[in-house]
Amino acid sequence: MLHNLSVGELAERLRSRELSSVELTRHFVERIERLNPALNALITLTADAALAAAAAADRRLASGEHGPLLGIPLIHKDIFCTDGVRTSCGSRMLDNFVAPYDATVVARLKAAGAVMLGKANMDEFAMGSSNETSYYGPVKNPWNIAKVPGGSSGGSAAAMAARLASFTTGTDTGGSIRQPAALTGVTGVKPTYGRVSRYGMIAFASSLDQAGVFARTAADAATVLKVIAGFDPLDSTSVDEPVPDYPAALDAPLSGMKIGLLREFFDGLEPRNAALIHDSLKVFTSLGAATMEVSLPHLPLSVPTYYVVAPAECSSNLSRFDGVRFGYRCDQPRDLADLYMRSRGEGFGPEVKRRIMTGTYVLSAGYFDAYYLKAQKVRRLITEDFRAAFERVDLLIGPTTPTPAFDIGAKIDDPVTMYLNDIYTIGANLAGLPGLSLPCGFVDGLPMGLQLIGPHFSEGRLLNAAHRYQRATEWHTHAPRGYER
Amino acid sequence: MIDWEVVIGLEIHAQLATRSKIFSGAATAYGAPPNTQASLVDLAYPGVLPVLNAEAVRMAVKFGLAIGATIARRSIFARKNYFYPDLPKGYQISQYEHPVVSRGSLKVLLDDGTVKTIGVTRAHLEEDAGKSLHEGLANASGIDLNRAGTPLLEIVSEPDMRSAKEAVAYMKKIHTLVRYLEICDGNMQEGSFRCDANVSVRPRGQEKFGTRAEIKNLNSFRFVEKAIQYEVARQVELIESGGRVVQETRLYDSDKDETRPMRSKEEANDYRYFPDPDLLPVEIDAGFIATVRATLPELPDEKAARFARDLGLSLYDAGVLSASRELGAYFEAVLTGLGKAHAKLAANWVMGELSSALNRDGVEITASRVSPAALGGLLARIVDETISGKIAKEVFEAMWAEGQGADDIIEKRGLKQITDSGAIEGVIDAVIAANPKQLADYRAGKDKLFQFFVGQVQKATKGKANPAQLNELLKTKLGGPA
Repeated sequence: MLHNLSVGELAERLRSRELSSVELTRHFVERIERLNPALNALITLTADAALAAAAAADRRLASGEHGPLLGIPLIHKDIFCTDGVRTSCGSRMLDNFVAPYDATVVARLKAAGAVMLGKANMDEFAMGSSNETSYYGPVKNPWNIAKVPGGSSGGSAAAMAARLASFTTGTDTGGSIRQPAALTGVTGVKPTYGRVSRYGMIAFASSLDQAGVFARTAADAATVLKVIAGFDPLDSTSVDEPVPDYPAALDAPLSGMKIGLLREFFDGLEPRNAALIHDSLKVFTSLGAATMEVSLPHLPLSVPTYYVVAPAECSSNLSRFDGVRFGYRCDQPRDLADLYMRSRGEGFGPEVKRRIMTGTYVLSAGYFDAYYLKAQKVRRLITEDFRAAFERVDLLIGPTTPTPAFDIGAKIDDPVTMYLNDIYTIGANLAGLPGLSLPCGFVDGLPMGLQLIGPHFSEGRLLNAAHRYQRATEWHTHAPRGYER
Repeated sequence: MIDWEVVIGLEIHAQLATRSKIFSGAATAYGAPPNTQASLVDLAYPGVLPVLNAEAVRMAVKFGLAIGATIARRSIFARKNYFYPDLPKGYQISQYEHPVVSRGSLKVLLDDGTVKTIGVTRAHLEEDAGKSLHEGLANASGIDLNRAGTPLLEIVSEPDMRSAKEAVAYMKKIHTLVRYLEICDGNMQEGSFRCDANVSVRPRGQEKFGTRAEIKNLNSFRFVEKAIQYEVARQVELIESGGRVVQETRLYDSDKDETRPMRSKEEANDYRYFPDPDLLPVEIDAGFIATVRATLPELPDEKAARFARDLGLSLYDAGVLSASRELGAYFEAVLTGLGKAHAKLAANWVMGELSSALNRDGVEITASRVSPAALGGLLARIVDETISGKIAKEVFEAMWAEGQGADDIIEKRGLKQITDSGAIEGVIDAVIAANPKQLADYRAGKDKLFQFFVGQVQKATKGKANPAQLNELLKTKLGGPA
């Protein structure tokens, strides 16, 4: 079936004209129409525009043009601005917002001829770990619709797992790609901070946000990352480093690679989950890698650090949503203060408000030093821990999440427990490092993720390791029941 | 009676003369229809990001070098958070703890001829806000975001000024400087150059500063002076009648000539500054500083010193002629033809006749109807005694009105000075003959009548008689009072 083919296989068929992009696009549109109502993975389906884009891709293919993503259908997380298409960011605040421009990620994929099928559901303003904070309702995990798919890119992950597109995009501020990738059994890559432009990606926490990819394989992720990565003059924090040929490096041998097992990630980890990680390590050893235990003493401080830094930045980033120029505006404001208070009070959901309030508090006079400044210091210590670790090893390995997908509703009223879901993923964001989650087995019939973290700009090495692992294992080939065919 | 000492510090906002905004590519031109010069970045659309305009940094560094300040090798943009409709992002991007320029100073010439050094604490880059429009809209306010994102250099002085006049002298000096450096057009009507004044009073001799009030948004030198004078009087009166000055922001009402407490833009004053994560720290290396330094023009103080030293001008004249780059250039161009020996003559004419004509007709010196070469030509005729200074004024007016050269006008109007002694003697003889009574009175001791005879002769010659010769000959002919 077309939806089970890799991006590489599809590109080959499109190139040989054995398959047209319109056929492929129709196939996915049909799947979305049939399967999405149970999953709620998409906020917006743009079937007509997708078919038009597919027809345009077919014309390019007919003229002899070809490219790794030309004619390949994808779904964007609804955090990326898409010209002429509603960009809601999962919020009532932007329910009526039609972006007047394309995000750089969107523009690059468009230029490569990839076909956007629609926009994926997400936690409101990317704040959440379960996709339950979306104004558009929770996304269901295709492996078990009583479970969450993770968040904040839960729609992108669920759509990928349910094979509603050949690949999907996401963003990762504290684990929002890796955690849902793990909980839905797909491969998710969060690149180095600055590797992919943030322009047009609605900001949550600017110093942590990074765009990335969900795919079924590391090889597909490598193909997509090569297209979206690279310096963007519109984003001052994007880095002017050449983009390596990720697909070309996928098969490099792992012999001599030194892999560090993160000691802190195993404290309190469920034995069945820990066993999966140890099994994975054996795979890497058999591929020629050497493993050793590594400690990052400040890593346990990453959750509290993150929950100061991220809300601080979000409290400021979300000030522009004031009901004045775009987005939600309350009915009949009495005066300016009323306009602000009711537009924001009615437009934002509870988790967003909680973070705005937390962020406002930690930046306030009298608290700034104790919270924000202290958090920045700890952030530097964590970064330094990683730097020291990468003097000894090429990459770090550990679980992506402490547990498999949990029940919808189980943690939504307990923010602190919810925040602990990101305990293994946040460190990479604080240090700006690339991270990758790939399926490594099942617990209670639910997929678990193996996380790889590397030094800055080591995406190629991470994808290489993941690809070699996927060549040696078959965890990534499993599809949730009902979504294989 | 307590002797009150006034303490003033100014925060000057100079709009930098970049073509595009500080963080977006939108134009900065003044006067465009509302919101036509606001890009998605200026409108703070979701997802957009600021990109620093390097030209604004270059201009700030240029200013820093001109006041002998420290240029930060690493400066940081911070967000100043508050809600207001003309502030689209809900925060202003400014510099807080690490400004690009710090610890400079400049010298100000005071009325009594003394020179005072005023410290500049810092100068930092920031973006301007938009404008709220309340007129012509029923039950609503409009917002024009054309100005949002316009680059500003906020220049913060030390509390070094001790009178409204000193404050004005300092502000004028900065105004001169930013125009010299071509980093600000200095247009105060359009708001390109404005200031906030921090004013307090204390009993003379007391070390501790009094509580200050900040007067916002003063956009003319006159308003600065009057607002400070009013504020000082208000504070003194308040304290002397048993009250206390409260630290607050006030607005100056020029119609009523008074300051009033301003309703604060935001309820609380906690701006929650933190480094802007969308912008990298600004790294400035020695090479960049050297490049900018190489573009520095001769600065006003240097030019004035040179005028005084090389041309023998008074400090006052040298100061006036170096007050703008254009004026200095005009003056020097006059000297090119005329020669440095006649600098004082040229200075008098540029500051006198030329300046009044420019002021009268509202013409910029760069558009003067009498070119520096033409003025030099006119002054050369005074020097070579073709015409007298008095006739020269008449010629200048004609040059101004008709655009012709001095020689043409002198020729056409027959204004050439009479230096032929015989001719002057003839006129003197006729005048003496026609005025026997005055002659008698003069000789009887009414020596003031000498001027009467000078006047009569000049009247007869239409002012063309060489004054020195005329005096000489007339003395001989009248034979002095008996």
